[in-house]
Amino acid sequence: MKRIYVNEKWCLGCHLCEYECAFAATGLDDMVKALKGRPIHPKIRVEDAGEVHFAVNCRQCKDPVCVRRCISGALTKGEDGVVRIDREKCVGCLTCVLVCPYGAVMPAPDGHAAMKCQLCTDNVCGEPNCVRHCPNQAIVFEERA
Amino acid sequence: MEMYISPEYEVVRDHDRCIACRVCERQCANGVHTFDADSGRMVADSAKCVNCHRCVCLCPTHALKIVKSEDTYKHNANWDNRTINEIYKQANSGGVLLSSMGNPNPYPIFWDKLLINASQVTNPSIDPLREPMETRLWLGKRSAKVERDARGKLKNTLAPQLRLEVPILFSAMSYGSISYNAHESLARAAEELGTYYNTGEGGLHRDFYRFPNTIVQVASGRFGVFKDYLEHAAAIEIKMGQGAKPGIGGHLPGAKITEDVAETRMIPQGSDAISPAPHHDIYSIEDLRQLVCSLKEATDYKKPVIVKVAAVHNAAAIASGIARSGADIIAIDGFRGGTGAAPTRIRDNVGIPIELALAQVDQRLREEGIRDEVSIIAGGSIRSSADVVKAIALGADACYIGTAALLALGCHLCRSCQSGLCNWGIATQRPDLVKRLNPDIGYKRLVNLVTAWKHEIEEMMGGMGINSIEALRGNRLMLRGIGLNDRELGLLGVRYAGENM
Repeated sequence: MKRIYVNEKWCLGCHLCEYECAFAATGLDDMVKALKGRPIHPKIRVEDAGEVHFAVNCRQCKDPVCVRRCISGALTKGEDGVVRIDREKCVGCLTCVLVCPYGAVMPAPDGHAAMKCQLCTDNVCGEPNCVRHCPNQAIVFEERA
Repeated sequence: MEMYISPEYEVVRDHDRCIACRVCERQCANGVHTFDADSGRMVADSAKCVNCHRCVCLCPTHALKIVKSEDTYKHNANWDNRTINEIYKQANSGGVLLSSMGNPNPYPIFWDKLLINASQVTNPSIDPLREPMETRLWLGKRSAKVERDARGKLKNTLAPQLRLEVPILFSAMSYGSISYNAHESLARAAEELGTYYNTGEGGLHRDFYRFPNTIVQVASGRFGVFKDYLEHAAAIEIKMGQGAKPGIGGHLPGAKITEDVAETRMIPQGSDAISPAPHHDIYSIEDLRQLVCSLKEATDYKKPVIVKVAAVHNAAAIASGIARSGADIIAIDGFRGGTGAAPTRIRDNVGIPIELALAQVDQRLREEGIRDEVSIIAGGSIRSSADVVKAIALGADACYIGTAALLALGCHLCRSCQSGLCNWGIATQRPDLVKRLNPDIGYKRLVNLVTAWKHEIEEMMGGMGINSIEALRGNRLMLRGIGLNDRELGLLGVRYAGENM
C-alpha cells in the first residue's frame, strides 16, 4: 500500500506539515479562518533534536499494536491497509496512545477519544495534505517494498 | 561610534493573517523573525533582513511581504541613499565594499534594444510542432583539413567537439561558492538536457565523477586540478577572467572551506581560498598557448579547451589572440555576470556589456578568417530565450546561464551570497541550510526552465523561417536595433528597425 514516508535527510524542521495537517482536519478552505488564534492538534509531529528533524506520523503498520490492544473495537485496519479509528466506538481509554511505539496515536482535543493519521481519507483533501505542502519533498506518499 | 544605517527594506506582517506558526522564524538564517510569548505575536527586525523572500514564500497564510523602506535622507539626485549609506559603511568599517550576483545598476541593456525578425508572405515561417527543428549544435574547432589515408579513405581530422542538444550551458559556479546540492542539481539537469555544467574553480567533488557532462575549470588558483579532475571532464576551461570582476582574482572565505570543500579544492580546511588576479604563468598569448597545449597533452588531445575571459575594452583583439592560442572555444563573460562575492566598485564599474563585446569578437574573427578556429560562448546575464536568440544572431554559438539557473533553484537575487547564510541552500555551506535545496526538486526546475526556453527558441527560429540553430549564428540581418545611435548600431552590426535588407 502507499504510505507516508519521511526522508530525514530533507526534513528541515519547518513544522509546516503540522499546520497543514491541522488545517486539513478542519475541512475549511481558508487557513487563517481555520487556525488563527487556536491551538493546533496535528496528527503528524516534527521531532527536533539539534540539527536532526523528523516528522512522525502513523506508519499504518502491517500488524498494528493499537488495533490489537483496542478494548472497544474502535480501531480497525481496513482492506486498503489504512488504520482507522471509529469515534463512536472509542471509549477514550487511550490504551492505543500508550502502546503505539511511534507515539503516532494521540488523544483528540475533546479528550473523549483518540485520533490518528488516516492519510487524509477522512477529510476533503483526498491525498495527504502534509505531503502536498512539504516544501522540500521530505514527506512522500509512495509504495515501498 | 558606528553610524546607524536604517534598513533598506522592511518586513511587513499582516497580523490578521499571521497564525504564529513560526515557520518564518525557523527558516530565517538571519534571525529576523521571533515569537513574542507575552503578546503571542510574531515580531520582525527589518535591520537583519536581506530580502531573500524565503519567509514570504513559505508563509502558509501569505501574511508577509517585504517592501522598500520609505525612510530616506533628504532627496538628492547626486547623493542618493545607497551612495550615502556606502560612505557610512566604509567610515564604520574601513573596508572594501563587497557585493554578490550581477551588476544591478541601470546601464543600457542592449538585448532590450534589439528586435527579432519574422517571415511574412515571401518566405514561409516554420511550425516547430509539425516540422523538424534543430537546436543541436557542436562546440569546437571546425577547421578540419581534408586528408586521406593510404587507401584513399578520408581521415578524421576534426578536433574534439562538445555536443549540445540546446544552445545553453550552465556557467561556472564553484563548489564552495555554491552548495553540494546546487551542484548536484546542475549536474543532473545538464545530463538530462544533453548539455554541460561547469565546476568553476573549486575542483570536482568525487561524487560527481559519474557525470559525463562536466566542464572543469583551471583558474589562477589551480584549486583541485589533478589527473582525475582532468580525466573526468568533457572539456577544460581556462578561466582568465570573470565578467563580474574583470582583472581581479577570487577570495572564498575560510568559513566556507568545510571539510568536503577543502578536500575538493586540495587546501587546508578553514583557510581562505585566494585566486590570484593573473595566472602567474600567463603574461602573453604565447604563455596561454603553453597552458592550452599542456592541458591537451595531459588529456591526449581528446577534450576541447575553452578559454574564458571577461568582456573588457579590447575584447576583440584578445579573442583574436585566444583563437590563435590553440583554444577550441572562447567564452566571453559580460559585465552583468554574477558572482558569489566581488568588490562592489569592481562589479559595478569594470568591464563592458556582453552584447557589444560579442558582436565585436565575432566580427573581428570573421575579418581575420579565423572564426572557424573557435566556437564562442556568450554569458553575463542571459535572462531569457530571447536573449539567447539575439546572442546567437550576434555571433555566439551558445550561451552560458548562471543567474537564471540559480533563480530556477530558488535564488531571489538578494545579493548577499558573500554572507554564506543563503536561506535557499544555494550559496552556503552550512549543513542545515544546504539541505533546504533538495536536488530532486532543483534539477527538475532547471530541466523545466531550459526545456521551456528550448520551445521558445524553436518558436522564434520557426518564425524567422530558420530550422537549424547553426543557420542563425551570426545572422545579424535577423536583428534590428531600436533606440540605438549610429555608433551602437555600427558596433553591434545591425540595422535600425524599419531599414530594409
